[in-house]
Amino acid sequence: MPSPWGVVGGLVDLTSHGLLVKYVVASLFRVTWGFTLAAILAIPLGLTIGWYRRAEMAFNPLIQFLRPISPLAWIPIAILWFGVGDLSAIFLIFLSCFFPLLLTAINAVRNIPAVYINAGRNFGLSPGALVYRVLYPAVVPQLIVGLRITLGIAWLVVVAAEMIAVNSGLGFLIVDARNAGNRYDLVVAGMVLIGLIGLLLDIGMRSLEKVKSFRWSYSEE
Amino acid sequence: MESTVAITATPTVETKLRAEHISMSFTRDGESMPVLEDINLEVGNGEFLCLLGPSGCGKSTLLSIIAGFLSPTSGEVKIDGEIVRGPDPRRIFVFQERGVFPWLTVEGNIGFGLFKLTRAERDRRIAHYIKMVGLEGFGKSYPSELSGGMKQRLEVARALAVNPDMLFLDEPFGALDSITRLIMRGELLRIWEAERKTIIFVTHDIDEAVQLADRVAVMSARPGRIQEIVNIDIPHPRDINSARYLELRTGIFNQIGLAHHL
Ligand SMILES: Nc1ncnc2c1ncn2[C@@H]1O[C@H](COP(=O)(O)OP(=O)(O)OP(=O)(O)O)[C@@H](O)[C@H]1O
Ligand SMILES: [Mg+2]
Repeated sequence: MPSPWGVVGGLVDLTSHGLLVKYVVASLFRVTWGFTLAAILAIPLGLTIGWYRRAEMAFNPLIQFLRPISPLAWIPIAILWFGVGDLSAIFLIFLSCFFPLLLTAINAVRNIPAVYINAGRNFGLSPGALVYRVLYPAVVPQLIVGLRITLGIAWLVVVAAEMIAVNSGLGFLIVDARNAGNRYDLVVAGMVLIGLIGLLLDIGMRSLEKVKSFRWSYSEE
Repeated sequence: MESTVAITATPTVETKLRAEHISMSFTRDGESMPVLEDINLEVGNGEFLCLLGPSGCGKSTLLSIIAGFLSPTSGEVKIDGEIVRGPDPRRIFVFQERGVFPWLTVEGNIGFGLFKLTRAERDRRIAHYIKMVGLEGFGKSYPSELSGGMKQRLEVARALAVNPDMLFLDEPFGALDSITRLIMRGELLRIWEAERKTIIFVTHDIDEAVQLADRVAVMSARPGRIQEIVNIDIPHPRDINSARYLELRTGIFNQIGLAHHL
């Protein structure tokens, strides 16, 4: 095992070769795309399914069937479809984010107290305004929690995906450093970076929860 | 016979709302459970009517039907001669304090229904109703920063701001302590006297009904029926120690079948 100074040396080494920034950016790039695509698709779909009870009954078996399959089990299929590269990794991250976000959105709608919907209808809101002025603000706090947890999952999965399906990024760094002459200082340096960036992502998402008009549900009761 | 002069006609209160043969059943575990049976009710324009009855007799169900949130199994509700087919901003339902939107400030809540007005007019109304319900200085506060009584006043202000001609209040003061409840009754009466909305007020508190209402519709236990309509012929402000008050209160106690001694 490398000493702490060895790890620092590894980090310096990476920086001087320009690899540190390159690998961090590569990993973040994949997470951003996979996560964003999943959010864009899963949240509106989940809100719609949650709103219509029938849709939920129809989709639930399929969702519950696909959900427990680990995103890592999809790696061979991802490589078959998208080859070894960014697309495969993004697809895996997308998969790992899609179901948690879908379920979060479905539950968020179902948990809206009926009084809010009724009050919105009472004041004569059009369906569009009801979505924008009641449904959306009512679900935002739960969605933010869901997004924060899911981003953590995405970060876990990107590292695993990079160990197999690509040749850049922090996950690749760890595997590569071991294969290329047991450079454990670089392995641990990669782990430190992964932990550090995960922490920063979480802090970033948490700051969203502090926005006052989003915060209401945390201060209620 | 058309008469151009109507000097002799006594001014009768016009009917605002008429509920005709309302029945409602819910299905539970495949069995149909009757909740309301043949409710007939007439409410005059500007009247304050209390619906009084034991818990579970169907008061909230009846009020939801009148407000258009629920369709009755049979019968119909007419307001200003039109059949009610859904909720309408001319008639606002005041839920218990849970009804205010927690993601909006006091100002945001009061302005919620005012989206058709200009900005200036909206601000003017918000300021007016903040003052009317005594929430000055709390305009930028969120509901979580208000007490139960303040949230309740906020919800009343949000309802009044759209200038409805009817208010439906479902046990609005039920969750408040007894002192706040008394104060809120006084404030509601003051607002009612200033704005003369037609009010239907649901309660299971006999004193509350006799203190507030022009008439009290006493409902039976489930399936709810209207047992009796009691005229409260005491002018406001009411002396709750007067002989007439006690007499009316006792009458309703007996009607409901409650003993006077615990
Ligand atoms: N959506 C529903 N589905 C099935 N049963 C219902 C529904 N809403 C109300 N009920 C039943 O109808 C009956 C009357 O309910 P309601 O809420 O109208 O009573 P209430 O007089 O308002 O009582 P409380 O004073 O406790 O508020 C109750 O037995 C209740 O269980
Ligand atoms: Mg009720």
